[in-house]
Amino acid sequence: MDAIVIDHLTKTHRPTWPWQQPATVLRDVSMSVGQGEIFGFLGPNGAGKTTTMKIVLGLMRPTSGSVQLLGRPIHDVEIHKTIGYLPESPYFYDYLTAEEFLGFYGRLGGVSNTDLHQRISALLERVGLTEARCRPLRKFSKGMLQRIGLAQALIHDPELVILDEPMSGLDPVGRKDVRDIILSLRDQGKTVFFSTHIISDVEMICDRVGILAKGRMLAVGRIEDLVSRHVTQSVEVVCEGVEANSIPLIKDAAIRVLQRGSRCWMSLPGQQRLEDVLAAIRQAGGRLVSVIPHKGTLEELFLEQTNQGV
Amino acid sequence: MQRVLVVAQNTFRETVRDKILYNLVFFALLLIGASVLLGTLTIGEQSRIINDVGLAAINLVGVIMAIFVGIGLVSKEIERRTIYTILARPITRTQFVLGKYCGLVFICGLNIAIMFAMFLSTIWLSGNSIFGSLFQAVELMWVEVLLVTALAMFFSTFSSPTLSAIMTLGFYVIGHLTGDLMAIAEKSKNPATESIMTALYYVCPNLEWLNVKGQAAMGVPVSGDYQIAATTYGLLYAGLLLLGACRIFERRDF
Repeated sequence: MDAIVIDHLTKTHRPTWPWQQPATVLRDVSMSVGQGEIFGFLGPNGAGKTTTMKIVLGLMRPTSGSVQLLGRPIHDVEIHKTIGYLPESPYFYDYLTAEEFLGFYGRLGGVSNTDLHQRISALLERVGLTEARCRPLRKFSKGMLQRIGLAQALIHDPELVILDEPMSGLDPVGRKDVRDIILSLRDQGKTVFFSTHIISDVEMICDRVGILAKGRMLAVGRIEDLVSRHVTQSVEVVCEGVEANSIPLIKDAAIRVLQRGSRCWMSLPGQQRLEDVLAAIRQAGGRLVSVIPHKGTLEELFLEQTNQGV
Repeated sequence: MQRVLVVAQNTFRETVRDKILYNLVFFALLLIGASVLLGTLTIGEQSRIINDVGLAAINLVGVIMAIFVGIGLVSKEIERRTIYTILARPITRTQFVLGKYCGLVFICGLNIAIMFAMFLSTIWLSGNSIFGSLFQAVELMWVEVLLVTALAMFFSTFSSPTLSAIMTLGFYVIGHLTGDLMAIAEKSKNPATESIMTALYYVCPNLEWLNVKGQAAMGVPVSGDYQIAATTYGLLYAGLLLLGACRIFERRDF
């Protein structure tokens, strides 16, 4: 059983006034998130990531399509006992202290009073806010608010954690801390579904990713599979003692050629013609300096997909 | 029920920490100042003046609080997006609306109770007698506050805070003029005016039924039957408004 199953989801906002046009923000989005995995939901700003998450959480109703969470439909609120959620740029009740804040969300999530005190202490320590336990949230910095927000998402020990841009606004140390928490959640067998547009975070911790642009799901899968399937695997060749532009085979095979004195740098689109190029260099009396296969990156895939999508 | 109480408790805490109860200081100053001043200016009417001023002040402060805190409670949650994390918990939207309402009703009730205690102390300290009718009047004021709070919450589930405030205030004012609406309808020769006035008469709550301040200040009680009927009317109206608020809130996208 998958943790999240999104099936042909479409969302069109109805216009407020008759002269306005309806706006379709999600178009036939389908994907699934397996239990126990970290799923990165990538997309540029305005792609529809937050809308998808809101529909998954029941905050918004889809125009068509369906969503199931841990095998149950989203309109069943009891399923929310097993879900933790951190919204983007959260604003919390600033009149509450950190302890009261977590107590409120814990009680709403059905945590018993006996367990609550222990859970609050453990979580405050985990997010590094033990010292701020009795401080009102209005005195928290942005990074501290993000941490306490993460703690509220985890207070009831959920099976599925949904995080909307959890690293936004955090300094490098804060981002690392959040990454570590996400990884530790996976170690405990939890499922983490998080959205971001920071690709390096996704590359570091995600098992699978989905790329969304302009409301369309462009690619879903393991990073390695997607990158090898979609992004061109180029090869960089450096040699000495040849004038590359004078060799027709190299001119034909290379995407780019740079000549610096006797040293020549060239980029080949793949390995198909590598042997021919190396033979041509040897034949021309050149000396091979290096051959570096260039692995495609998630960033290239993201840019390629979103440019196509747009 | 547990979830409704958790939301209600938080609403109560929010209102207290927003320093809403500071209005009590204003009330105390108004009451004591008016009683001392007017008491010295009027001969033989001091008791009625204190009762009039006290009841009017309790009513005014209670209703203002109900309207302005009531419209802000739900819309603030939506505006600040705190509603996202709440509704992501195992709580229905109806439970959320009821929790907010109960929290506000509790704080309004506490506010009225403290004001009433201060009012009774003023009467006692000024050496006048405390009429039973004052308790009747305050009970109906409390019902009015329940109704006005429900009105404010109803409007705030689908409109902006400013529009909600205007509509709630409008209904409150019209609610005290429903008798005049019917009189205008009867006297009007224009069918459109007659229809509008009759429609307003039936749609708007008749808040005058909950207003017995005038006779209570003079120590004239209303009958038990009237008290029960007016209370039931107010509670039923508030219940219908809450039902409507819950229905609208259930259908909203956030």
